[in-house]
Amino acid sequence: MFYREAGQFKTTYASDEAIFPILQDRIGILIILAVAFVVIPAFGNDFFINAVMTPFLIFSLASIGLNLLTGYTGLLSLGTGGFMGIGAYACYKLTTIFPDVNIIVWIIVSGFFSAAVGVLFGLPSLRIKGFYLAIATLAAQFFLEWCFIRIPWLYNYNVSAAIEVPQRELFGVIITGPRATAETRYLIVLTIVTVMTWVASNIVHGRIGRMWMAVRDMDIAAELMGIRLLPTKLLAFAVSSFYCGVAGALLVFLWYGGAESTVFSINESFTVLFMIIIGGLGSLLGSFLGAALIYILPIVLRFVPPELGIPLHAATVEHITFMITGALIVFFLIAEPAGLARLWQIGKQKLRVWPFPY
Amino acid sequence: MRAPGGPEVAVGDVLLAVENVSLSFGGVKAVSDVSFDIRKGEIRAIIGPNGAGKTSMLNVINGFYQPQQGRITFKGETHAKMRPHEAASGGIARTFQNVALFRGMTALDNIMAGRTLKMHSNFFWQLLRYGPAMREEVQHRRRVEEIIDFLKIQEIRRVPVGRLPYGLQKRVELGRALAMEPELLLLDEPMAGMNIEEKEDMSRFVLDVNDYYGTTIALIEHDMGVVMDLSDRVVVLDHGIKIADGTPEGVKGNQAVIDAYLGVAH
Amino acid sequence: MGLLYQIFIDPFVQMGTAPDLFVQTLWEGMVGGVLYALIALGFVLIFKASGVFNFAQGIMVVFAALTLVGLYNAGVPAFLALGLTIAVMFALAFTVERAVLRPLVNQPDIILFMATFGLTYFLIGFGQFVFGGEPKVMITEQLYLPKGTITYKALGGVISLQKLDIAAAVIASVMVAGLAVFFSKTRIGRALRAVADSHSAALSVGISLEQIWVIVWFAAGLVALVTGIMWGARSDVSFALDVIALKALPVLILGGLTSIPGAIVGGLIIGIGEKLWEFYWGPLIGGGTDSWFAFVLALVFLLFRPQGLFGERIIERV
Repeated sequence: MFYREAGQFKTTYASDEAIFPILQDRIGILIILAVAFVVIPAFGNDFFINAVMTPFLIFSLASIGLNLLTGYTGLLSLGTGGFMGIGAYACYKLTTIFPDVNIIVWIIVSGFFSAAVGVLFGLPSLRIKGFYLAIATLAAQFFLEWCFIRIPWLYNYNVSAAIEVPQRELFGVIITGPRATAETRYLIVLTIVTVMTWVASNIVHGRIGRMWMAVRDMDIAAELMGIRLLPTKLLAFAVSSFYCGVAGALLVFLWYGGAESTVFSINESFTVLFMIIIGGLGSLLGSFLGAALIYILPIVLRFVPPELGIPLHAATVEHITFMITGALIVFFLIAEPAGLARLWQIGKQKLRVWPFPY
Repeated sequence: MRAPGGPEVAVGDVLLAVENVSLSFGGVKAVSDVSFDIRKGEIRAIIGPNGAGKTSMLNVINGFYQPQQGRITFKGETHAKMRPHEAASGGIARTFQNVALFRGMTALDNIMAGRTLKMHSNFFWQLLRYGPAMREEVQHRRRVEEIIDFLKIQEIRRVPVGRLPYGLQKRVELGRALAMEPELLLLDEPMAGMNIEEKEDMSRFVLDVNDYYGTTIALIEHDMGVVMDLSDRVVVLDHGIKIADGTPEGVKGNQAVIDAYLGVAH
Repeated sequence: MGLLYQIFIDPFVQMGTAPDLFVQTLWEGMVGGVLYALIALGFVLIFKASGVFNFAQGIMVVFAALTLVGLYNAGVPAFLALGLTIAVMFALAFTVERAVLRPLVNQPDIILFMATFGLTYFLIGFGQFVFGGEPKVMITEQLYLPKGTITYKALGGVISLQKLDIAAAVIASVMVAGLAVFFSKTRIGRALRAVADSHSAALSVGISLEQIWVIVWFAAGLVALVTGIMWGARSDVSFALDVIALKALPVLILGGLTSIPGAIVGGLIIGIGEKLWEFYWGPLIGGGTDSWFAFVLALVFLLFRPQGLFGERIIERV
């Protein structure tokens, strides 16, 4: 009843090409943005913002990055952790060498370092496909992990091999370091993630997105249509790694406040991959949904059972999280390979005809 | 629709010629020393029993396979090997035997994908989906809609192609090839698996493409009725060798051709 | 100049001047290689017969070892525990076939591959849940596996070989030989190869896919158990093994996904290669290179020969 396109005719191709052609969708997005930018900082408590919302946004950004590469272009990558790490360490080096430049600038610039390395490790994709490419990305992951420990220059020769985020300001407000407030950091992350999501959406709805999906679905036909495979794949690696790099920088600078090499291990790669599998490969919305589910699940498990009177060890929570995550992956692959995003779409379809059954 | 650039080829001149092309995979010889030409504006049928090397021949023209011997002359330029990108930008488009559509995309997106070679707005505008990028998107959408009208597939433009019935998928695939504004259109068994009505529709489309857009067409086809009705000239392959080349009537009466189809050992 | 010498000449000089160390390193590498090969063997079995790349093979190794040790620690006598563990691995194979393989039977390979990721995570959680996350000691004595070392005075120095490692090499060889015979000579082995070639063709001659899958996952489970015992005997039984098991992937790349001899050769190359690299060239760049050497080697290899040493060349058809 509410969710109808009846009466919404498009009279120009331009308006039909809009990303949210249905009015109700546009209103929905505005509401979400209003809640995110206004309601949550005003009414949410520090714990909720810092332990739930900020990391959720950061992992959504990383998920978008991986989704662009794996979901849209079909190149399975297990190197996400490493690419996130490059962003973080690049940002650290840049801001310690040039402390006067605005930290936001460095966060964005560090994405380019990730992109460069991503392109380098993406070169094999010309000859290697599918599961073999995944192995090649494992090489990237393990090599980068090794670099984060064994190249002391990266962490400024700190004895503990860890990096600590220095305090930085934006327009006089402290945004990084121990004295930055949860709301400030959340709003910075939210802004960056919103802008980058918008850009990602523009890319995938245009020529480049179509090229990527063509390469994913049938690269032979794409090639015979004139799409050059290597530049297309390398662009996917570049953009994807850029997003992951920025996410890594945000992770360290605006959330953790520090890092050691174990933060960007193969587990991160798998976590983000699971987020996009469950959320929906090839869907930006899916990146958010998957990040929400995988990230919030352990938090729910940690806090809900005690409320219900069932005490659980922290370790047990972790074990159960693993089991549920694994089971969810298998479940989604069986029941709905297109993930939560597809379930959402089906839900919207039903909403379209509601209250009628069909 | 004519692909821009390249030397002008007048109607009736040779648009594409293959000379002494041989192709093998390991020990199997798919095509042996085959030569024929395709004249601009005509509909050329390539026929022959199964395994004759017809699809391999198209793949060589397309640049997907590189022949071990022989040359391909396209629009006056001779190549020992054709690369897929050269073929595509030179104006060769094709459809596939087993509908090679992009299953994750809608019909509209598939056909829009065919416009990729013609879209040049740079990366920066793509990021913003504004200005030149948006103008280009709309401009190409307009062209694609013309094709959608021509093929009468308006209702299904937003349907993911995986969900379409086979006949419609073949039509979308034709649309995607047309979106490239090809000078030479290679159709690999466009009528395969269709019933009589669908074949009539598809034949009508093929003839219209040739008439209205002036596109030269090479098609592989098994249905003799279709071949007789549609084609201007026919080349017959059997076991990788050319056994006949001429008008449909001439080829129909050729004893070697009849033997090949009936499976007479020679 | 000095750097060039360090990279290209010095390591070989070291090998020559201390040949006992060289042989020792070779031996250590070979032992590691045998264990990688065993893990790869499990992958190959499953891939050959079901086309599924079972990412969970590594965790199956850990799980098998954990079950064995867990049962023993709960009071079950050693060989009974062994028998029960075998039964558990069978139950696991059966469950996986029912719950994961059958529902996904017609999906593209990449979906099945990702399903095994899910399986891996599930088994990690489940294993930790049931047995606890701390490292455990393998029951080597109780299984009558040899202890101690043999030392040789040779090549100007001393070479010591652990008896356990020798036993591991022997057991692995026996198992590989047995599997090779099984595949080529027995009826079930032939059926397995038929299924690997074409599911539908195998179905059409009456082979039951489900049965074959259960058998093959069980076989992989047995291989995993043997691997787990051997590996657990050298170091503890812990979940770190799962990450080590990832090294089996480069082994498969070198050896091809469908070749049993390939898995062995690949395992040995990787095992020896990474040990030699780490021992002689590692110190030049800070050490710890065995975390990535295998993968980089596989990557380089893939660039020149995408199908591996023994794999089949894939010809794309349109």
